Amino acid sequence: MASMPVTVDRAEKFEKVCGILNRFARRPSGLIPILQAIQHEYLYLPEEILTYVATSLDVPPARVFGVATFYAHFALEPKGKHVIRICDGTACHVKQSLPVLEALHAALGTSEKSKTTADMLFTVETVACLGACGLAPVIVIDEQVYGQVTPERAVGLLKEIKAQEALLATSSAPLAEQLSAEECHD
Amino acid sequence: MNSVTQPTLTIDGKTVAIEGERNLLELVRKANIDLPTFCYHSELSVYGACRLCLVQIDGRGIQGACSTPPEPGLKIQTTTPEIREIRRIAIELLLANHDQSCPTCPRSANCQLQSLALRLGVKKVRFQSVHKQVALDESSPSLVRDPNKCVLCGDCVRMCSEIQGIGAIDFAHRGHDVSVQPAFGKQLGDVECVNCGQCASVCPTGALTPKSEVDQVWDLLADKKKTVVVQIAPAVRVGLGECFGLKPGEITTGRIVAALKQLGFDQIYDTSFAADLTVIEEGTEFLERKTEGGQLPMFTSCCPGWVKYAEQYFPELLPNLSTCRSPQAMFGSLVKAMLPDQMNIERKDLKVVAIMPCTAKKFEAQRPEMGVNGDPDVDNVLTTQELAQMIQSAGIMFDMLQPESFDMPFGFYTGAGVIFGNSGGVMEAVLRYAAEKATGKRLDQVEFQQVRGDSGLREASITVNGSVLKLAIVHGLRNARVVAEQVRAGKSHYDLIEVMACPGGCVGGAGQPVTTSPNARALRTKGLYHADKTLQLHKSQDNVFITECYAKFLGDIGGEKAHHLLHTSYQSRRRIADEFLPLVEPKGEDKLKVSVCLGTNCFLNGSQEVLNGVLRHAEQSGLEGKLDVRAGFCFEKCETGPTVMIGNEHIEHCTSKKAIEEINNRIECDRPAQLPNTHVCKHCHD
Repeated sequence: MASMPVTVDRAEKFEKVCGILNRFARRPSGLIPILQAIQHEYLYLPEEILTYVATSLDVPPARVFGVATFYAHFALEPKGKHVIRICDGTACHVKQSLPVLEALHAALGTSEKSKTTADMLFTVETVACLGACGLAPVIVIDEQVYGQVTPERAVGLLKEIKAQEALLATSSAPLAEQLSAEECHD
Repeated sequence: MNSVTQPTLTIDGKTVAIEGERNLLELVRKANIDLPTFCYHSELSVYGACRLCLVQIDGRGIQGACSTPPEPGLKIQTTTPEIREIRRIAIELLLANHDQSCPTCPRSANCQLQSLALRLGVKKVRFQSVHKQVALDESSPSLVRDPNKCVLCGDCVRMCSEIQGIGAIDFAHRGHDVSVQPAFGKQLGDVECVNCGQCASVCPTGALTPKSEVDQVWDLLADKKKTVVVQIAPAVRVGLGECFGLKPGEITTGRIVAALKQLGFDQIYDTSFAADLTVIEEGTEFLERKTEGGQLPMFTSCCPGWVKYAEQYFPELLPNLSTCRSPQAMFGSLVKAMLPDQMNIERKDLKVVAIMPCTAKKFEAQRPEMGVNGDPDVDNVLTTQELAQMIQSAGIMFDMLQPESFDMPFGFYTGAGVIFGNSGGVMEAVLRYAAEKATGKRLDQVEFQQVRGDSGLREASITVNGSVLKLAIVHGLRNARVVAEQVRAGKSHYDLIEVMACPGGCVGGAGQPVTTSPNARALRTKGLYHADKTLQLHKSQDNVFITECYAKFLGDIGGEKAHHLLHTSYQSRRRIADEFLPLVEPKGEDKLKVSVCLGTNCFLNGSQEVLNGVLRHAEQSGLEGKLDVRAGFCFEKCETGPTVMIGNEHIEHCTSKKAIEEINNRIECDRPAQLPNTHVCKHCHD
């Protein structure tokens, strides 16, 4: 029954998509904010959801795909639970952002081509400029900004997150057992 | 404004009157200067991307002529050293990233990139290529997509969405990764493309081309065991000449017959014969619907692009489509039913080749219902372009040929069959039949000028026998959509609607020679009406071989045999292949599969409610581990939607209640058998 929470999550997310579409009155002009809201739910834009968006907005799927692939903000591949963005704008680049990127790739086993770890915990990507050049080099982990990052500090931050995740995993395991036990008794 | 003086502007020192032109490009061309363009088509929106039609405007600098509205007093220069240099660089940059396999390209010698490079004197490409070769998309039966040849002018994208209202291809990605492609990088054969090929007819290069079947036909002709008969469609006779230096619209029927004989076809027939047959069947069907209260309005069904469009977008209107097969299909079916006995050969040794102005006919010929036990009624479809290539390849000097005549009986036709190639032609041909049948009197005035014309959406009213027939004629599928939506909303008052996917009808089909001449289509249209005029017979019912065909073989008009051979049925069709959205997907086997259709039609009929109901029920009743719930996009059963599939069973007009009942029944039935295996939970004691 380990897959259960995932599937419930999926159905709930789909209901949310319906809610998002209704919120924008299923108008084609709302395509971009709709995609943004959907990506907020899924952390990426699944192909089937895009087909559904196209159907319900009466827009060709090719157009939806075009918009989704035009903006760097939209992702068509699933992203990890934690998204690490390394600024590689001019200022950060000059201040050695690439060694930070390389250190993260090395620590996570990711690369320029495959940006997400196999356990779906981390995604590493570069952005052109975060507008925080005074703090260069800058990385953003989830919503948190870190300035003047060195390769060592970046790897240290990774370790912190991994430790937290490990804690979460052990504490939630009994919960799952509890859940399945409850279900069987009714 | 009631001004006496005509507004003017100056082009290269000459005064030119502004007479309602929409942009400077039209004015410049009116002044007999052919500014180069890739992305400008008068029927499409202005895109302004190719930067070739640049002009120097006094006081404003260099501007794109296509995207600048005319203003009185402007002083324009169309060529300066700076503009020439910009144009050359634009072409050089395009060439740098272009797959320059020109000698083997199907558009070689008819490529705008090639001709502009020559015209603008580009002798060397100074830029380094960063182009990475990608695979051809040959998934469609009608078209080949070669992204390596694309110049990103967007003509195909705008044609597909603005004229055809489909949008099967669009720009994807960004910057130097931009490419034109179907949704999600799928292949053209897996999406909503209706195979009309209009994208290919506006493509300036070889990025989109009709899929050639020339090699297969050469093989058939070389096979001594096969009898190969050929049919040529009406519009081919006014288009083919263009490939041999003749004017558009010049009728070359006799020379085409001579060329086909020389190529080695055994019998040369005319699709116009089958068009006459279509008129009789379709006219009879229409009169029956009209007098016996059948489903009206009736849509014509000759155009395979329109038929696929209707199957995808208007499944609830499929009963309104005439059940008549297209002339191409009627011809194949009839000939393969009649000739083997007459010639004393087996069906498998009779091959039918069709020469069509159309790429969608290739798709139609491959529809499984257009054949008998897997043997297609029409084996191969060649476009006008492909026939020209065969003639050229055989070295036949087309313009020197002595005209010959078709073989009988399937080569005999009336003017009604010939005008099928024009928008409004099917309507007029049917009227020539229906008017005479309804009144029982001989119709002498055969021309129905009311239904002719070039506008994409035309209406006409014709009084026959005291009652008024309301007619609509549309070309371009976007126009078809307008009319079909009216019909769906119950706001239509029409009796008969003719739909042709391509602008101008078949004469403007994508199989016709690619032309940049703005009046080619009008000349071809004129050519077909002229062909009708010069024939002795103008009404399909006067075709003696058709009469004989019914008497000796088919039996009654619209009778059982005619129905079996000449009519068909339609199926709703999904637009995009293989899209499923898993929602509840437990691990392991033996789950009850529940798929809810969220395609447009089912969605509009409330399938999302059904899906939410099922999901809630699964959650509340703790059934998640037993169900595999997914959303699908069209199960091709739109007319009875919302459709839900539970296990192997389709539930029509499904509601949440119906679905939940069925799920409970299934789970209930399965329980005793599954209990020992599936109940593995260690906390349970029962």
